[in-house]
Amino acid sequence: MTMPLNQTLLARASARLGPQLSLGIGLLALTVLLALPLLHLLPADNPLQVSAYTLTLVGKILCYAIVALALDLVWGYAGLLSLGHGLFFALGGYAMGMYLMRQSAGDGLPAFMSFLAWSELPWYWYGTSSFLWALGLVVLAPGLLALVFGFFAFRSRIKGVYFSIMTQALTFAGMLLFFRNETGFGGNNGFTGFSRILGFDITAPGTRALLFLATVTLLVASLYLGWRLARSKFGRVLTALRDAENRLMFCGYDPRGYKLFIWVLSAVLCGLAGALYVPQVGIINPSEMAPTQSIEAAVWVALGGRGTLIGPLLGAGLVNGMKSWFTVAFPEYWLFALGALFILVTLFLPKGVIGLLRKRGEQ
Amino acid sequence: MRAVPIPELMLEPVFDPLGSGRDAIGTSTAAGKGLNVRHGTILSLEDINVSFDGFKALNDLCLYIGVGELRCIIGPNGAGKTTLMDVITGKTRPDSGSAYFGETLDLTRMSEVEIAQAGIGRKFQKPTVFEALSVFENLELAQKTDKSVWASLRARLSGEQKDRIDEVLQTIRLDSSRQRPAGLLSHGQKQFLEIGMLLVQDPQLLLLDEPVAGMTDAETEFTAELFKSLARQHSLMVVEHDMGFVGSIADHVSVLHQGRVLAEGSLAQVQNDERVIEVYLGR
Repeated sequence: MTMPLNQTLLARASARLGPQLSLGIGLLALTVLLALPLLHLLPADNPLQVSAYTLTLVGKILCYAIVALALDLVWGYAGLLSLGHGLFFALGGYAMGMYLMRQSAGDGLPAFMSFLAWSELPWYWYGTSSFLWALGLVVLAPGLLALVFGFFAFRSRIKGVYFSIMTQALTFAGMLLFFRNETGFGGNNGFTGFSRILGFDITAPGTRALLFLATVTLLVASLYLGWRLARSKFGRVLTALRDAENRLMFCGYDPRGYKLFIWVLSAVLCGLAGALYVPQVGIINPSEMAPTQSIEAAVWVALGGRGTLIGPLLGAGLVNGMKSWFTVAFPEYWLFALGALFILVTLFLPKGVIGLLRKRGEQ
Repeated sequence: MRAVPIPELMLEPVFDPLGSGRDAIGTSTAAGKGLNVRHGTILSLEDINVSFDGFKALNDLCLYIGVGELRCIIGPNGAGKTTLMDVITGKTRPDSGSAYFGETLDLTRMSEVEIAQAGIGRKFQKPTVFEALSVFENLELAQKTDKSVWASLRARLSGEQKDRIDEVLQTIRLDSSRQRPAGLLSHGQKQFLEIGMLLVQDPQLLLLDEPVAGMTDAETEFTAELFKSLARQHSLMVVEHDMGFVGSIADHVSVLHQGRVLAEGSLAQVQNDERVIEVYLGR
């Protein structure tokens, strides 16, 4: 009870502290993010040129930041800790991957199907050569799954740790299903070897820059959506739901609808992030559904500061930035570092990095 | 949603221009279209039985509460007072028996949310407010209005609604703390805030579980005045241990013992009842 309370107090204090300052930092970050793809377009010998590696890495982290934000909407605001958001992310990714596979296969079957000696496409692949239908799938697949799962879970009043365990089991089941070759999604290799998107070469600097810009746009749009939601009465009902669900029901609110709405919205955001992740990174396989991936997303949110909008973005950026440095410098020790980080944050930064910054700001 | 609080004893169905009777999800319609209370009884409980693992919490309980009445329920620990509230608010389903709100609403078939929307408000034994939200926001959420998801997404407080919240803030004497997070209030202030949330919810029947626990004498006295003024417009059912408080507000007292009503009448009457004395002092 006291923790969300303190969080809000901090939020209020920092709101007084200086919206101009945070706005300034935000605009600076946005400028850098908009400049990166343009700098990537410079010729390779220019000292200011941003390499494809850097651009892809930052783009990937931005996709993770959207996942962190989506997770924070359900965890930080509505109090539903999902340990299965990787599933929604991967579903969005696979939907986009289907389109990309069809693009590179041309009129034939995707390579892995020919390898399995399949002669025709499974029914759920129909229409995936159309970009629009693929986009529809990006939204529908995670959205419908979340809708069905959420409907039953919230109807049965499953909450707390039981809810977390069920989401974890869900993503694990998804991973096992997608590992099978018979499922028709390329088994443990997943999809890779993409060549074109909308007719453009997927590795061309211009395409990369546009994909990056699309990711930035989605991030900003999600942030704006989260901000609008958090300020609306809907957001206050979610907070109330997190802290005293019974009281809310006796006030005449049906928590199921509220939970379901934010849950499905969060899943769809994850799906969209996954759809932008796949063409930039160039691969999607079932390991994205591994339980550890989803737990890592929860670490991003906890590290950044849940119940805030900027916190999860910071957390995703910090952890993934460290990860890419660590896995190059000390590849064996990354998991230890991640574990230590989580323990340190839990012990010393219960409100995350945002909480720390705000404390500093007040002093 | 009354700007001027002069309803005609709730005998007329309350017209509901905002359509707050809609189910919160927005899937089903009409949970509370004004209450039919033709026979002057707002709540009728008949032969209610509830048992938990063989323990009979309520045992053929019968209880009627009249429109505009202020009823106190007293009884030793374990008499079934809280279970009784749970049955009325839909939290616990009775094993048998009937529970009607007004003449027509069968409480045993309604969900907690539907019951709340139909016009039964409840204050918990332990004060329960939304700690992370401000006092004003607590009242905003509780206020009677359309509580569906879509309505909340686009909700804006009208001037009339703000005035009503201001009015209640004054009534519960929290006007100066309106922007404070509710979690920072004292125990007594939280009790008042929760009562205030019931007031803006504007229920026809208020269930109050130990409303003056943890209040100072002055606060208790003020609460007694508040309840008495409410009783004309609303029906109240108050569970309380504080006999002084019960004596100062109740016109009618029911004594619960082992899940059934042992005695009913004025406080003086029940206090002189042999069986009541035995229950309270005999063991």
